[in-house]
Amino acid sequence: MSDRDGAIKIAGGQGFYGDTPRSVEGLLEEGIDYLCLEALAELTLAILQKDRQRDETLGFTRDLPRYLGAALPAIAAGSTKVITNAGGINPISAARAAVETARELGVSGITIATVTGDDLMPRMDEIGPGLTNLDTGEAFASLAEPPRFAAAYLGARPIIDALAQGADIVITGRVADAALFLAPLAYEYGWEADDWDRLAAGTVVGHLLECSGQVAGGNFSGEWWTVPHPWDLPYPIAEVAPDGSAVITKPRASGGRVDLDTVRHQLLYEVHDPAAYLSPDVVADFTSARFTDLGDDRVAVTDVRGRPATYTYKALLAHHAGWAAEAKVAFSWPNATEKAEVAAAIFVKRVEQAGHEVREWCFERWGVDALGGPTVPPTDAEPPEVVMRVAWRCDDQRTAAAVAREMTPLTLSAPPAGLTGMGRGGATGASELLTIWPTLVDKSSVDPHVSVTVEEV
Amino acid sequence: MAHIELRELCAYRSGDKGDIADIAIFADDAETYALIVREVTAERVRGHFGSMVRGDVVRYEAPNVWALNFVLREALGGGGPRTLRSDSLGKTLGGALVRMEIEVPEELAGYRRARPDVAWAQAILDEAATTPPA
Repeated sequence: MSDRDGAIKIAGGQGFYGDTPRSVEGLLEEGIDYLCLEALAELTLAILQKDRQRDETLGFTRDLPRYLGAALPAIAAGSTKVITNAGGINPISAARAAVETARELGVSGITIATVTGDDLMPRMDEIGPGLTNLDTGEAFASLAEPPRFAAAYLGARPIIDALAQGADIVITGRVADAALFLAPLAYEYGWEADDWDRLAAGTVVGHLLECSGQVAGGNFSGEWWTVPHPWDLPYPIAEVAPDGSAVITKPRASGGRVDLDTVRHQLLYEVHDPAAYLSPDVVADFTSARFTDLGDDRVAVTDVRGRPATYTYKALLAHHAGWAAEAKVAFSWPNATEKAEVAAAIFVKRVEQAGHEVREWCFERWGVDALGGPTVPPTDAEPPEVVMRVAWRCDDQRTAAAVAREMTPLTLSAPPAGLTGMGRGGATGASELLTIWPTLVDKSSVDPHVSVTVEEV
Repeated sequence: MAHIELRELCAYRSGDKGDIADIAIFADDAETYALIVREVTAERVRGHFGSMVRGDVVRYEAPNVWALNFVLREALGGGGPRTLRSDSLGKTLGGALVRMEIEVPEELAGYRRARPDVAWAQAILDEAATTPPA
C-alpha cells in the first residue's frame, strides 16, 4: 500500500444541498481524477419537489452552477471529471444550467451527460399497485392521493455508460450516493458487474466519501475540540487501487483530520445492517473491511467483501401530510420551566377558543430536555432560562398560520417576562409536510427506461 | 461492580432513514467492545428512549470497528419532512444514547474521557465581540 502511484483519485466535494463549494479548490490542487458531488438527502427530494411545484424548470439543487464554476477550468483542461446527482427530480433542467454555466465562463469542448429514468412518476399507474411500504408494510392502494414524487435509487451502470461515451460532467437524478463514487472506479478499472468484492470495495469508498467533511473531522464525537483548523475543514479524497483497496485522505493544505476514528465513525453512518449494506450494485459487507491508520491523515481500507446485488431498487415516494408551523417563547429564572409550561397550556387553550383545529402538537422545553426527551434524567437544578418551542400540524395552510398568531398576546398575558416572537424575522409561516414512503421496485421495471443523453458544449 | 455513563466509553454518530433512526456507538478497544456488547442490548436502548421511539429496536454488531449499530423504528415523529420535532433527522440521538448508565468492572469506576478545552474558541469570540463597529 506504500506506493499509490497510478491509483485513481476520487474526491467527495459535496455532502448535501447547502454544503460549501469552497472545498473544490483544495481538492483540485491535489490532482483528483474525479470530483463527486452528492447533493441529495431524503429530505432534499422533498425540498426540490416544493421548488418544482412552484416552477417546472426547478427541482435540481441550485448550487450546482457554483460547484461547476469552481471545477470547470480543471474539467476544460481535461484533468478532472465531475459526477453529481444534483439533478434531483429534474436532471434535464440541471444539465441546462450546467451548459449555461459553461457558456458563461467561455468553456467549450466538453461533454455533459444526463442520466434519466429514476423518476417513476410517469409510470405510477403501472408500477404503483405492486408497491408496499418497506418500513410499515402499508399497501400503495391504501394511500389517499398520488405521491408528490417517486424516484428509484439507480446504481453505477448508467454513469459508467455516460463515462464510456466521453462525458466530462455526468448529471443524474436519484442515484444511490455511493454509486456516484463506485461508477468511475468500475469504469476506469473495468470491474465487471458481478465482481462483487470490488464493487463492494468501491461502495465502501463511496459511503466514506459521500458526506464530505464528516469523514475528516466534521460531526466528530471523539476529541472534536482538538480537530485542527475546523474552519478549514477539508473534504475527503480516496486513492483507489485496481483491486479496490483504498487510502482515505485529505488535501495536505487544510485543517481537519483523517484517522481510524473519523473513518470508522463514518462507516456506520445511516447504515442499518452493516453486514448487508444494500446498494443497487452490490450487497456490501461493511464488517469485512479492515482499516489501517497509516498516519499523516491516511487510513487504508482493505479486504472488503460483497455479495450479489438484489433484484430490486429502493425507491422513495412522498405524500402530502398536512401543514406545520411553530412558535417560541422564552422565560428566565426563577421557575423558568414552570412558566414555560403554563404559557404553552394557555396557548393551547387560546387556540382551542379561536376554533382552530390542530391535529398534532409538539412541545419542546429548550434548556431542559428539548432534544433528549425521556433520556434526560430528572434534576432538582433550576435552569437559568427555558425556551418553550411549540410546533403543530393542521390540515390546511391557513389554519396552521393562524394558530401562530395566538402566541403573540402572551407577551402581556402569561407568566412573567415571556419573550415571544423570538429572534429577528419572527414567525416563519406554515410549511407543507410530506411523508416519506420507502419501497422496493423491480429493477426489470425501471432499467428499460433509464437513458443517458450526451451533449457537447 | 460500578456504574458509569456510556459517554465515558464510547463515541457516537446518528442519522436517519425515513422514520428510522440509526445510532452507532464506538468502543476504543476490544475489551470495551466486549463490555458494550454485553451491556448495551436492544431492549435496554428501547427502554432508554421510552416514548421517543414507538417501534422496535434492532442491534447489529460491527466487531471490525468495535461498534454497535442500533436501528430504531418509528423514532423520528414520522421522519424528516413530516416530523414536528426540531431534531428532524435524529442527529442528536447518538448523544442521547451515551447518557445511558451501564454496569462496568470496579476498576472502571470514576473513569472519565477527556473533557473539551475550548480556550482557543473563547479567544476568537472575545476578539470578535470587542472589535468596534465599523
